[in-house]
Amino acid sequence: MKTANKTVTATKLVKDALGKAKHFKEYNIFNYLNEEGALKKAAEIDERIARGEKVGKLAGVPFAIKDNYLSPEGETTASAHILEGFTSPITATCVEKLLAEDAILIGRTNLDAFAHGSSTENSYYGPTLNAYDKERVAGGSSGGSAVAVALDIVEFATGSDTGGSIRQPASFNGVYGLKPTYGAVSRYGVVAMASSTDCMGFFTKTPEDMDLLMSIATGQDPKDMTSLPDFYEKSEVKKVKKIGVVKDFDNDSVNVEIRDALKKKTEDLKKKGYEIVELDMPTLKYALAAYYIIVPAEVASNLSRYDGVRYGFRSENSKDLESLYENTRDEGFMPENKRRIMIGNFVLSSGFYDAYFLKAAKARTLIVKEYEDAFNKCDFILTPVSPNYAFKLGEKVNDPIAMYLEDLMSVSLNLAGVPGLAVPVGKTKSGLPIGLQLVGPRRSDKALIEFAKELK
Amino acid sequence: MKYYPTIGIECHVQLSTKTKLFSEVDNDARGKEPNSCVSPVCYALPGMLPRLNGEAIKYAIRAGRAMNCEINAQSRFDRKHYFYPDSPKGYQITQFYHPIIGAGYVELPSGTKIRIEHAHLEGDAGKLTHFDNYSLVDLNRVDTPLIEIVSMPDIHSAKDAHDYCKELWRLMRYAKVTYGDLYNGNMRFDVNVSLAPEGSDKLGTRAEVKNLNSFRSVERAVEYEIARQTKILEAGEKVVQETRGWNDATGKTTGQRSKEEAKDYRYMPEPDLPPINLSRQFINDESAKLSMMPSDYREKFGQTISTDILEILLDYPELMETMNGIDEKHITMIANLFTSVLLAEEKSVEYLNDLPDTKKLNDLAEMNEKKELSSTATKEVFLRLFDPQMKGRDTKTIAKELGLIQENDLGALEAIVDAVLKKPETKKAQDDFRNGEEKVIGFLVGQVMKESKGKANPSAVQQILRDKLK
Repeated sequence: MKTANKTVTATKLVKDALGKAKHFKEYNIFNYLNEEGALKKAAEIDERIARGEKVGKLAGVPFAIKDNYLSPEGETTASAHILEGFTSPITATCVEKLLAEDAILIGRTNLDAFAHGSSTENSYYGPTLNAYDKERVAGGSSGGSAVAVALDIVEFATGSDTGGSIRQPASFNGVYGLKPTYGAVSRYGVVAMASSTDCMGFFTKTPEDMDLLMSIATGQDPKDMTSLPDFYEKSEVKKVKKIGVVKDFDNDSVNVEIRDALKKKTEDLKKKGYEIVELDMPTLKYALAAYYIIVPAEVASNLSRYDGVRYGFRSENSKDLESLYENTRDEGFMPENKRRIMIGNFVLSSGFYDAYFLKAAKARTLIVKEYEDAFNKCDFILTPVSPNYAFKLGEKVNDPIAMYLEDLMSVSLNLAGVPGLAVPVGKTKSGLPIGLQLVGPRRSDKALIEFAKELK
Repeated sequence: MKYYPTIGIECHVQLSTKTKLFSEVDNDARGKEPNSCVSPVCYALPGMLPRLNGEAIKYAIRAGRAMNCEINAQSRFDRKHYFYPDSPKGYQITQFYHPIIGAGYVELPSGTKIRIEHAHLEGDAGKLTHFDNYSLVDLNRVDTPLIEIVSMPDIHSAKDAHDYCKELWRLMRYAKVTYGDLYNGNMRFDVNVSLAPEGSDKLGTRAEVKNLNSFRSVERAVEYEIARQTKILEAGEKVVQETRGWNDATGKTTGQRSKEEAKDYRYMPEPDLPPINLSRQFINDESAKLSMMPSDYREKFGQTISTDILEILLDYPELMETMNGIDEKHITMIANLFTSVLLAEEKSVEYLNDLPDTKKLNDLAEMNEKKELSSTATKEVFLRLFDPQMKGRDTKTIAKELGLIQENDLGALEAIVDAVLKKPETKKAQDDFRNGEEKVIGFLVGQVMKESKGKANPSAVQQILRDKLK
């Protein structure tokens, strides 16, 4: 990525980025543009460069954050009505690390409210449009960030991935999107969706950029007890020999052009001398069901704090505590938020916990085991990211099940905590991007990014 | 029909750690502005994650061992959901499935053992103050570490309920895990009471009285419940399973108007906190920090200190620790001084914070024994030992400065006695004594004491007088 230097100033990089952000306004990418703040910081960096002072690894690089990352720049809304008016006094650890390397925050990007969705259509602020076709969805939930990178407004953007929310929009818009190993990047200061599956990651234009960002953003954070001790730079990049493909994913429910792209890539790899291993992963078919029990349960719990008492939106029509809760949450949440809260509370309610949550937790253990077994047979796994390429706006918005099926191939990684990288591999006949997903064992993030270069 | 009561008690103990259970913010809100000890985690801003305070784990180990409980090497946190403004997260972080403290028991002064089912760590809730048409929320108490101690249904009388709560209070203070200030809610008791026909092996329907904060109110509430439920059962009616509130002024419990349906807390494993894994070594090291418990002191001093006095002293771990350093022959005396002088003193609360070292107390007892101090003088010097302004001075110096040391030097005493006997006004008394009137010795001793300005040892004076008047 281009960093600022004596000839190309940070101010120029920032002005270009802001100019493009405005040019692409109709795509509805940004919830907030940090114009003043970004230009001020750019001027500071330029001054330091002029004085010959040392600057960070991301000096002057414009970037965007998904609007569920907390920072004092603008309101942190998570594209949800209920957080309207909330300005954070805190900066997310991940953002703090990027700013410490002198990257410049350009703005906050649109998402499905509270990251619930696969198309960014569940945003209170309306959908973000696909970078390649304005009549199609950006994917989601990190749609705004994916399109911001795809349209070259910023060099990179942050995303959060609970069940595919980075990888799917990356593949819909032809950019790289990484869901790191669970715990690799701190979750502190990011509006929680489902604590046990939320992963913080990035959208970039190249694997090299992804590697640089991961080397900066990973590491144990005392503020997040589930964050992992630093492994990223220390992990050895062993020689990759065997690539697994999952038999169970090769069926008619997957779009034929995506299946063809996968076949072509595996052929290429075979020609390059890699061994292709066919994997039987029968438990993965339960991943979506387990995911849509565990995640709504955690969602319902994590969204309990939005009650109109302390911050954000509060309904005006309340006469007592009960109605304050009811009206605030009724008016403040999107239908998809409510759907997940209801499912979550149902599966946790007494008498149903064992039948649903506990069973899903057991299925999750089996899925973890199945990935472990698979990685005894191969180094990495190559799969589609999702069964379809970018669909039309409104096409699935009234069919939650069809929307959930978008996550069929992505959610099992979140349940297992393993890393997945969406790699752009080509286009459909109609010119829409196709992405494939590289999956590796826990803590193999660096090797995974390195291997992505082989798929170019 | 006779009914047999069974009582189970849940006790919440606020731990006196420096910071809160899930964030590094001041845990001591005593005398502080509302909402001044609140971190973004307590306040439940979006994206905030709990960070477990390792100190609280150590406190829990000590508290558990004080109750002879197993400490579980692996424990975990869970979320307990409910909506109320005292709970900013919308859930309380507690240990529902895998508590840190396992089974154990508490031995009452009577010797009765009450088994502990388990005890777990959890974060406290905030506090609401209600006014006519609005309520104020104070989050200072949010995430103060609590341990909740759950007893087995081993208690069968109001007295045992009282004694159990009091013994828990003592144990927690001996384990140094709480300030133990009941008035400020450092320990709170939920008591459930049920009655069953005598001889029945089934428990009756229970009513729970919540949020009691004194041993006396526990005792009275249990007494009231037993009477209330007996009346219901004798009338052939059924006890309703419900939560009841205690009114200290009326001495009655009343059913609390709450929704009929059972509360569903939708427990769920806390995904933001990894399980706690404790090594045996860590548990043992922390357990070793426990000093003597009340039962140890009962064993040690049971023979030398009367039960009444010992049970009073046991309320003060500081005093018992001091008793450990008192010479065996002085134990009864110092114990008496503690109860009759120190604890009767207005400033005793202040004095307890900074006790004199045991050498000073032993010296005092020694001087009393050698009759260098009269019993009145002993009490006076004793109190001065606690006076902050007397710090740094030894017992003898204080006694001297106060002019309280008794004259025991026989030569000097003889001289005083001689001077008194020479006085004409004692002439008649001397004659009377020689004529067998025993009583007048008192008058003569008094005269010597007066001459010595009260410093003479009266029994020594009497001996000299008797010798001289033979």
